Amino acid sequence: MELVEAIILSVLAASTPLLIAATGELVTERSGVLNLGVEGMMIVGAACGFGGAWLTGSIFIGALLGMVAGTLMSLIFALMALGLAVNQVATGLALTILGVGLSGLIGAGFVGERITPAMHLYIPGLTDIPLIGRVLFGEDAFVYFSLALIIGVWWFLYRTRAGLILRACGDNHVSAHALGYPVLRIRTLAVMFGGACAGLAGAYLPLAYTPFFIPGMTAGRGWIALALVVFASWRPGRLVLGAYLFGAVTILQLHAQGWGVGIPSQFMSALPYLATVIVLVLLSRARTGGSTAPAALGTVFVPDR
Amino acid sequence: MQLVLEKRAERSNTIALVSPLIAIGLTIVTMTILFLILGKNPLLALHAYFIAPLTDSYSLQEIAVKATPLVMIAIGLSLCYLANAWNIGAEGQFLIGAVAGSWIAVKTQGTDAGAWVLPAMLVLAAAAGALYALIPAICKVKFGASEILTSLMLVYVADLFLDYLVRGPWRDPNGFNFPTTAEFDPVATVPLLIEGGRLHLGSIIALLVVAAAAILLGRTIKGFEIRVVGAAPRAARFGGFNANQLIILTFAVSGALAGLAGIIEVAGPVGHLQPGISPGYGFTAIIVAFLGRLNPIGILIAGLFLALTFIGGEQAQIAMKIPLDVTKVFQGILLFYVLACDSLILYRFKLVFPNRQVARGAG
Repeated sequence: MELVEAIILSVLAASTPLLIAATGELVTERSGVLNLGVEGMMIVGAACGFGGAWLTGSIFIGALLGMVAGTLMSLIFALMALGLAVNQVATGLALTILGVGLSGLIGAGFVGERITPAMHLYIPGLTDIPLIGRVLFGEDAFVYFSLALIIGVWWFLYRTRAGLILRACGDNHVSAHALGYPVLRIRTLAVMFGGACAGLAGAYLPLAYTPFFIPGMTAGRGWIALALVVFASWRPGRLVLGAYLFGAVTILQLHAQGWGVGIPSQFMSALPYLATVIVLVLLSRARTGGSTAPAALGTVFVPDR
Repeated sequence: MQLVLEKRAERSNTIALVSPLIAIGLTIVTMTILFLILGKNPLLALHAYFIAPLTDSYSLQEIAVKATPLVMIAIGLSLCYLANAWNIGAEGQFLIGAVAGSWIAVKTQGTDAGAWVLPAMLVLAAAAGALYALIPAICKVKFGASEILTSLMLVYVADLFLDYLVRGPWRDPNGFNFPTTAEFDPVATVPLLIEGGRLHLGSIIALLVVAAAAILLGRTIKGFEIRVVGAAPRAARFGGFNANQLIILTFAVSGALAGLAGIIEVAGPVGHLQPGISPGYGFTAIIVAFLGRLNPIGILIAGLFLALTFIGGEQAQIAMKIPLDVTKVFQGILLFYVLACDSLILYRFKLVFPNRQVARGAG
């Protein structure tokens, strides 16, 4: 039983950064913008988040700083892709290349330092319930926040007028513009939300997942988050499912090594990446005919006046 | 006050030519600010980055050596990007090429194999790189899976596979437990051009690739097809050009070139297979491709320029203790400016002031 509990706990921890980053990107893409710079924003968020927590001793300030860093990075993207109508794919790649460099530069002074990671919740009585106690009532705050975030995003997209307008921008920016909605402003806000989420997701890694910072610690999670959005067919509900599935694959790989499965560790480590490829193929295949992607995704919009 | 883009009636060719130069200029200004923030003398730092490597023959050779993989990979990527196929997994194709070619070197180690070894390594590496690139291409064409994500995921897979080989079956038993193969035999090594120098045959191969690409794009129907499919997909359909076939073709060619670059790097400057054989060549090549305006000659110049920044970055680290990551920041900023300046080719920037009456009404 304790092993099952430990596995579920570690799956939740591994899934949370994916879920947060993917939620942000879901909103961005729903507004019609494809920001491939998630990995770059995450990795800068990780460096700034750790730096903030190490300097102030506060996980909260670290998380906040990670979000601010991600948002600032996303503003560069917005300026380029929305302000200057530059190709979104190329801009996103540039953001990742810049982010990797910046993260190394910012984090150079923090390598080798340790912090006390985010506390896990403890409610006497509830957390002590065998099996489900720790799982339901004993996580770190990020886990609960990520679930609140995705529920909030679902409610926003499908139950509010603003969410409807945002989706309209993603499906047909010309019509949204003709109706008088400020497409570029809405998209900029969506990109900033995505940046804040990516920054927070990055900060989660050194603040809660491991208590230290190493360069390149996001290890492609930003890209997996992008794949998750496709996996989820741009729907919040499926995003939760996908994120936990991928968290499970990641953890499976760690535990398989512990159980002495006779497969080299590198093959197990490659599993999440291979799973991403397979999932993308299966889903794209299932979807051929009617794509569920926002119709205007990745297209340039220059309002004429 | 608001910045507004206005579509130009036609492309501005003047700006198309000078835009990379504007981008480099803006990058240098930004770097100056960054150096000031880091507390380094910007003049000394810029000198270390851009001038010092050009002043001695060792560094000049080193620039050519670094530019070789960058140019080869970027030429392949430019074909993809021209055809609107987004191969961003060149890093993985580079590593797989290095692994496949090394297989022959490892198997023939110490067997007095003949002069066929190196040519066989080059061919196998190119084939492996092409096959590895075909995975995302086929997933895209057959199933519609995003080639951006799949090609990138395969980078991590290739990296882990290489890691497994040099830590496991291919590890040099006399290597003091370092994750590396034994040094390649002389027949499995890319020959040097200058005795005792660093410049090797791979640089000549890179120049041939540039020439071949220039001819392909400028003089052949296939090159014309690639450019039309990328620039005007609708027109290409009317012309009967098969976009899917071109995705497969450009991915295969770019994978082959990346794979070739991989084995040339391993059998040349490195001399054995080990993790970390690429300081991100596959990703830097993306910048080279764009900075070179997706044009073979432009890519050659851009490749040399980015190689200069690698060498300059190393010298700045040694001489001024400037962290190596500054080079990556530099490259990222450069790509941003290149893309932003490209926007000037198609659009004109205009500052629009809000209607005065509205402003008064609001106040």
